[in-house]
Amino acid sequence: MTDLVLSDFAVARGPCDVLRDINLSVGAGEFVGLLGPNGAGKTTLMRGALGMMPHRGQSSLSALSARDRARRVAWLPQAREIGWPVSVADVVTLGRLPHLARGQKPGETDRAAIDAALSRMGLDGFRTRIATQLSGGEQARVLIARALAQDTPLLMADEPAAGLDPAHQLGLMDTLAAEAARGRSVIASLHDLGLAARYCTRLVVLWQGGIAADGPPAEVLTPDLLARVFQIRAYVRHTDDGPICQPLGVV
Amino acid sequence: MTRVLALVLVLLIVALFALSLLIGPAGLSPARSLAALLRGEGLAETLVMREIRLPRAILAAMIGAGLGLAGAAMQGYLRNPLAEPGLLGVSGSAALGAVIALQTGFAAQFALGLPLAALLGAVLAVGLILALAGPRGGSLTLILAGIAVSALAGALTALVLNLSPNPFAASEIMFWMMGSLADRSMTHVWLAAPFIAIGAVVLLAQGRAFDALTLGEDSAASLGVNLSRLRLVLVLAVASMVGAATAVAGAVGFVGLVVPHILRPFVGARPSSLLWASALGGAVLVLAADIAVRLVLPDRDLKLGVLTAIVGAPLFLHLVFKTRGQGL
Repeated sequence: MTDLVLSDFAVARGPCDVLRDINLSVGAGEFVGLLGPNGAGKTTLMRGALGMMPHRGQSSLSALSARDRARRVAWLPQAREIGWPVSVADVVTLGRLPHLARGQKPGETDRAAIDAALSRMGLDGFRTRIATQLSGGEQARVLIARALAQDTPLLMADEPAAGLDPAHQLGLMDTLAAEAARGRSVIASLHDLGLAARYCTRLVVLWQGGIAADGPPAEVLTPDLLARVFQIRAYVRHTDDGPICQPLGVV
Repeated sequence: MTRVLALVLVLLIVALFALSLLIGPAGLSPARSLAALLRGEGLAETLVMREIRLPRAILAAMIGAGLGLAGAAMQGYLRNPLAEPGLLGVSGSAALGAVIALQTGFAAQFALGLPLAALLGAVLAVGLILALAGPRGGSLTLILAGIAVSALAGALTALVLNLSPNPFAASEIMFWMMGSLADRSMTHVWLAAPFIAIGAVVLLAQGRAFDALTLGEDSAASLGVNLSRLRLVLVLAVASMVGAATAVAGAVGFVGLVVPHILRPFVGARPSSLLWASALGGAVLVLAADIAVRLVLPDRDLKLGVLTAIVGAPLFLHLVFKTRGQGL
């Protein structure tokens, strides 16, 4: 089952195309790492696919109604905004909004999804804490829990690992990989090639408005691609712990 | 917690509403007041109760509720505790309409001349804001459009004052702009009620959208909130309530700013709960302020808007200091 299909997808900003001729299909169980240098169009691809930016070509998600889309895909934007000093539980409960009919209060299923999301992000003891008083990394985890609680087949996240300490970065990637293993699909833009190599089942590299490479990490992270797209050389090895990618220097 | 708050606010409204009915220069005893109001005993007393005090109390509750709710909605939409209903420029434009009506003598033509002119000002402002901000766009363009309309209305109001033929006309305009509920009739109630009621019903139904906006516009959109629609609904509903409130009472400031701010901690900062809480709280504040203007300086006609500003500004400063203390 495919959760996202983009065909001949293009997004223009002013007269020039930021993205063009994008053909991408993401199915259940895939953990897609969206890579690319700054300005390659990672965020644009995801926001465009969600129908938040005008685009040409087809996106299976932007074709849906807002309400149906909210049940198909959870979106975690890069800006981590919590506007009011509400409790952690309240923030995570917002993820259930698409599943509630007008005037309906959260029920058993909703509470189960909220509890599961909180414990998966290690936030069991944070329930009643005021979200805005937490540290930046903790707020990031609260927002990820909110997206998990939305319980959608597809989860899209814009740099979810940014600003987390190493343990929580690894914990987050474990969580996302586990979500994918349970049959969801995950698309996350990442800058950390090491994390991407270790955890993602598939890497999509954006460069110069198109897809420069698309495949399993071992096939994508070649010295040639790293030099061409990222202008770096890196140590890439396949170990018992999975692929290792450690950038070494600028080309 | 929220149930207790709702109960407390409703009880306060009932108590203040009753108090508002019992206070006035006619000096009627509570028993005679109630007999006149409910059973129509005594011609003069009945007139005082039903035509002067009752509309005054109803208007205070209604306008307070409208301004409080509009303030909570504006703050929820903009995710900014400093937002207030006046930001849209609707109250300024309604005041401009009223001022022009006073200046041209249209207000003296018939009883509803002034409020109708004020409503027309509010409607024109809404049209201008929507034209400036465009059909699709973020909250920033809306605020910029509101500030532009607000500044224009302020400048034109100053122009009207500048050109007023004599000091009496100018002072009449100045006094009207201070905001008051004195000498209003049931006609004013019937004029403002539908606008405030419709605006309130529409805004209270948007609670979830405001909740979702806690996470920012992108997240809210991904949770199924139609932002363009929400913005349109917000402008129309706030304008309807604030325009009607300004039309019958003049400018009553600080209610929409202070009430949501005070009540936010009591509802766990949830924007949806803050909507109804601020409506109730606004009614409490304006009822209390309107009682105070009659008690503090009964023979000097202290204006309601002056009092809410005098009470509201220090209260707001206190909140600013408290917020600063929390390092937020």
